[in-house]
Amino acid sequence: MNLSNLSVGLSTYLLVGAMLFSIGLYGVFAKRNIIAILMSIELMLNAVNINFVAFNRFVWNQKSGTNYILTGHVAALFVIVVAAAEVAVGLALVITIYRNRQSTNVDEFNWLKW
Amino acid sequence: MVDFNIATVLTPEIAMAALALILLAIGLLIPPGARKGMMPLTAFSLLGVLGYTLFDFFHGTKALFLDGLYLHDQFAVYFKVLFLAAALLVVLSSGGYVQKLAEHRGEFYSLIMTATLGMMIMAGAGELITMYIGLELMTISFYILVAYLSDDARSSEAGIKYLVLGATSSAILLYGISLVYGLTGSTQYTEIASGLGANLSPASFLATVFLLAGLGFKISLVPFHLWAPDIYEGAPTPVTAFLAIASKAAAFAVLIRVYLLMMNSQAFSGTGQTLLVVLAALTMILGNLIAIPQTNIKRLLAYSSIAQAGYLMVGIIAESVAGVKGVLFYAMIYVFANMGAFAVATHVSEKQGSDQIKDFAGLARRSPLAAVVMTASLLSLAGIPPLAGFVGKFYLFSAVMDSGYTAIAYIGFVMSMVSVYYYLSVVKVMFLGEGEGLPDIPVHGAVKFTMVFTMLITLAIGIYPTPLAQMAAAAAQSLIK
Repeated sequence: MNLSNLSVGLSTYLLVGAMLFSIGLYGVFAKRNIIAILMSIELMLNAVNINFVAFNRFVWNQKSGTNYILTGHVAALFVIVVAAAEVAVGLALVITIYRNRQSTNVDEFNWLKW
Repeated sequence: MVDFNIATVLTPEIAMAALALILLAIGLLIPPGARKGMMPLTAFSLLGVLGYTLFDFFHGTKALFLDGLYLHDQFAVYFKVLFLAAALLVVLSSGGYVQKLAEHRGEFYSLIMTATLGMMIMAGAGELITMYIGLELMTISFYILVAYLSDDARSSEAGIKYLVLGATSSAILLYGISLVYGLTGSTQYTEIASGLGANLSPASFLATVFLLAGLGFKISLVPFHLWAPDIYEGAPTPVTAFLAIASKAAAFAVLIRVYLLMMNSQAFSGTGQTLLVVLAALTMILGNLIAIPQTNIKRLLAYSSIAQAGYLMVGIIAESVAGVKGVLFYAMIYVFANMGAFAVATHVSEKQGSDQIKDFAGLARRSPLAAVVMTASLLSLAGIPPLAGFVGKFYLFSAVMDSGYTAIAYIGFVMSMVSVYYYLSVVKVMFLGEGEGLPDIPVHGAVKFTMVFTMLITLAIGIYPTPLAQMAAAAAQSLIK
C-alpha cells in the first residue's frame, strides 16, 4: 500500500472541525456538570481553530501561490488567547458557586427561574 | 484621504485602556478609607474622554487605517459617545451601591472601563477578528461584573449562566467567521462583500446565519433571548443597566456594519430580509407580551429591553440611511430613558433590598423625584408623545414604511400600545399604591444628578430632537455613501 496516495484534503479537516463543533454543542446542552460544559465549549472553539488553519493552508495560500498569508493562523492564535481568558474566568466562577452550593451540577443552579 | 495621526484618532481608546489600568492600580494601592474617591475620579475621567470624543465627532477626520483593520468614521465615534455617556451615568448612579460591597470596590470601576473599551473597539472594527476581540473584551468584563456579588449566590449563578451561554454564542459566531474566511479569503467587511458575490451558496447562507445568531444573542433577539431575564435579575443593578444599554448598543453597531456592508449582496437580501423581518416581529411580540405578568422590576425591564431590540431591528430592516439614522437616534435616547429607570431601580433596591414591583408602592409619596423620573423614563420607553421615545419610534417606523415593509411597522405600533399597559402598571403602583410601612427614601448627590439629568435629556430631545437627529443623520451618512 502506497501511503503517498492517501491525501488528506480540505474536506477532511472541515469534517473533523464540523464533528468537533457538533460534539461540543451537544455537550453544552446535554452535560450536567459545569466543568464538562466548559470543556465542551473548548471543543467548539478548537473546531473553529481547525477551520481557520485548514482554510489558510488549503484555500488561500494555494490560490495566491504564496505561503505567507497568515490571516487564518493569526485568527486561530487570537481565539486560543481569548479562550484561555474565558476559561480562567469560568473556573473562578465555578469555584465561587461551589463555595455557595457545594455542587457543580447545573440542575441545581435554579435560584433564578429560567 | 486626509492626513491623520493614528495616536490622535485612537485617543479615546488609548485613554480608556490607560484609565482601566490606572484605576486598577489606585484601587489596590490606596487605603480602604480613601476609596470613596474612586467614583468621582472615574466619573471625571470619563467626562474628559466623553468631551474629547464629542469634539472628535464634529471635527475628526474620516480615516481607515492598519490596512482597513480599524475605522474612524462618524458612525463609530457616535457609538463611542453613546458608550461613554452610558458608562458615565452607570458610574454616577452606582456610587452608593459600590460602597456597600464588602471588597474589590476599585476593580468594579476598572472593569466598567475595560467593558467600555471593548465596545469602542467593536464600533470601530473594520474586520471580523478585531470585532471579535472587542466583543470578548466587553463580554469577559461583563462575566466578572455580573458575578460581582460573590457572597450572593444568585449573582454568581447569573455569572456562570451568562458565561456558558455567552461563550457558546461566541463559539457559534466564530464558526461563522471561519466559514466566511474560507469562502472569501478575508475577514474585512468590504472585501467580504465583494468576495461573497451575487450567488448564495449553502455555505455562505450557513455562515451568515451563524454570524446573525452570535450577534443576535448579544442583542437578545428572540430565539436567543432566554438568557436575558435571568442574568438581568441576578446581576448587580448598575451592571444590569450597563448590560441592557451599552452591550446591546455595541452589538447593534456591529450588526449594522456587518449587515449593511458585508451581507448586502443581492443574493442575501432576499432570504436574509425575510429572516430578519420574522425575527424582529417575534422579538417585539414576545418581548412585550411576556413583560406583562412580571413582578420583578429587573425582569420587567429585561423583557422591555428585548422588545426595544425588536424596534431597533426594524431600523436595520429598512436598509436605508433613514433607517440607520433611526437606529442611531433611538439607541441614544434609549440610553437616557433606560438609565433613568435603572437609576431608580438601583436606588430602591439599595435602600429597600428588594426588586419587587410591589415594593415600589407609594414611591410618589416616599421619594417623589424617583417616582417622577421612573414615570418619565417608562413613558419614553413606551413612546408617549412629548418624550424622546416617541420621536425615536417615529423615525424607525417611518423609515421602514418608506422602504416598503408596512406589516412590520404595524406590528411595531400595536406592540407599542401593549407596552404602555405594563409600563403604566408600574406607574400605577408608584402613585396609587399605599406603601404602608415602607421607608422614605429621598435621593441625594450623584444619584439625584443622574436621575434629573436623564429626565431632562429625555424631555429635551422629545421637544427639540433636531440636534441629535442631525448627529445621527451625519453618522448614518458616513456609513452609507
